[in-house]
Amino acid sequence: MSIKITLATTARILGQLRHDHRTVGLLVGVPSVLMILLRYVINNPVVFDRFGPMLLGVFPFVVMFVVTSVGTLRERSTGTLERLMTTPMAKLDLLAGYALAFGLTALVQVAVVATISLTWLGLNLTGPLWALLTVAVLDALLGMALGLFASAFARTEFQAVQFMPALVLPQAVLSGLVVSRGQMSAFLHALSDAMPMSYAVEAMQQVTIYPAVTGTLRRDLAIIAGCTLLSLGMGAATLRRRTP
Amino acid sequence: MIRTAPRPGGPAVAVRVAGLQVIRSGRKVLHDLSFGVIRGSVTGLIGPSGCGKTTLMRAIVGVQLVHGGSIDVLGHPAGSRPLRRLIGYSTQEPAVYADLTVAENLRYFGRVLTAPRSDIGRVLGELGLDDVRDQIAGRLSGGQLHRASLAVALLGSPELLVLDEPTVGLDPVLRRDLWDLFHRLAAGGLTLVVSSHVMDEAARCDRLILMRDGEILADDTPAGLRATTGTSELDDAFLRLIDARDGAVA
Repeated sequence: MSIKITLATTARILGQLRHDHRTVGLLVGVPSVLMILLRYVINNPVVFDRFGPMLLGVFPFVVMFVVTSVGTLRERSTGTLERLMTTPMAKLDLLAGYALAFGLTALVQVAVVATISLTWLGLNLTGPLWALLTVAVLDALLGMALGLFASAFARTEFQAVQFMPALVLPQAVLSGLVVSRGQMSAFLHALSDAMPMSYAVEAMQQVTIYPAVTGTLRRDLAIIAGCTLLSLGMGAATLRRRTP
Repeated sequence: MIRTAPRPGGPAVAVRVAGLQVIRSGRKVLHDLSFGVIRGSVTGLIGPSGCGKTTLMRAIVGVQLVHGGSIDVLGHPAGSRPLRRLIGYSTQEPAVYADLTVAENLRYFGRVLTAPRSDIGRVLGELGLDDVRDQIAGRLSGGQLHRASLAVALLGSPELLVLDEPTVGLDPVLRRDLWDLFHRLAAGGLTLVVSSHVMDEAARCDRLILMRDGEILADDTPAGLRATTGTSELDDAFLRLIDARDGAVA
C-alpha cells in the first residue's frame, strides 16, 4: 500500500466532484432542504429535536451509498479499474482513496446541514457536536463501503441505483426511525439488531438525549466502524486484478 | 527524449507465451497459443474482430484469468508485481475519467505510476494533445479521447506497450504520425504489441501474428509472409492462410 497513491486517488475523486457542480449541489442541498421541510412539517421543537439528528445520520449513509456504487460501477465499466489494476496501485489504495474522499465530502455535507439545523431551524443538541459529526461521518463511510460492495453485483448504473432502496429502505424501516425498536415483535427486533443502520440511529439518539458520551454511544460507534471495515473487506474481495 | 534502454543482458524476447489457453463463459477463446515477441520490435496482432486479440493482450498485461500455459513478460510471470511499472496498456475503449480534464487524467495516472511530472508535457506532445490539455475528457472528439487514453499508456518508463486497436477512428495523418511514434519508441528500445483488424496497418509492423478463431495462423515478418504465401498483398496472404488451414481441416 502507498500513501502517495491513496492521496492521489482521493485528489482525483474530489477533482471529479469539483467538475460536477450539480452533484455537489445535490449532495449538500437535498439534505438541507429535507431538514428544513421536516422542521416545518413537524412544527414542534420537541419532536424535531428527536427526529432531526437521526436524519442527520441517515442522509450521509444513503447519499454516499448511491454515489459510491455508481462511481465504482463506472470504474469497472469504463475500463479505468482494469487500467489501474495493471499499475502498482494496491486494492487498499483504491479503497482508502475512496474512503478518504467521501469521508471528507460527508464531513462538508453534515457540517452544512448541521449548521442550518442548529441555527435557523433551532435544533437543540444535548450531546457534544463532535460526537454528532463523528457518527455522521462513520455513517457516510458505512454507506460508502456498502455501496462499493453492492456495485460488484450491478451490471448497469440502473441496477446500481436500484440497490439503494433494496438495501437501504428495509434498514431504515427497521432502524427505529419510524417505530421505536422496543415496540417491534421479537423477530423484527432481532432483524433490526442485525442491521448496521439501527446502531447509527441509536447513536444519534444518544447524542440527542445525553450531554456526555455514553457507553451505548461508544458501543454503537464501534459497531458502525466494525461494519464499515467488514464491508470494505467484502468490497476489496470483489475487486479482482484478473477477471474472466 | 530520454527513455530507459532495455536492461543489458535482459532476454532478447520481451514476451514468451507457451501453451496459453483461455476459456470465457464455457467457450475456448484461445487455443494453446505459443509465440515470442522480440524486444525492441513493433509486433502486430492482426485478425478479425472476435478472434481473441483483446483476450490475448489482457492475458499479457495480467488482467485475464487464464486456464493453462504460461506467459513470461520481461523475465517475470505475467501480472506479477515487478511488471506493474514496466507495462503501458491501452484498451480498445478509452479508459480515462470522462469528468476530468486531459491533464488531470494524466496527472493522476502519472502519480499512480510515480512518473515524473514532466511526463505529462511529453506525452501530450507525442500524441498532439497540447491544444486540448485543459478540456474535459468527456467533451473530446472520439479520436482525441482515444489518444488521451493512449497517452496514459506512455506515462512513466514502460518497457512494453500493449495497445489494443490504437489507431481506430483516427484520420490518416494522425494514423501515420502514430505509427511513426511507435517506430521511434521501438528504436529507443521499447517493445510494442499493437492489435489491428486493418490489413494496411499490418505492413507497418516489424513482425505479424495473424490470428483467427483463437489460433495463430502465422507468425512472421510482413516480407516473409508475402514470400511464403506467394502474394504481394497481405490481405491475400491472410486469405491464402485461411484457405490452407480450412483445407487441412477438411
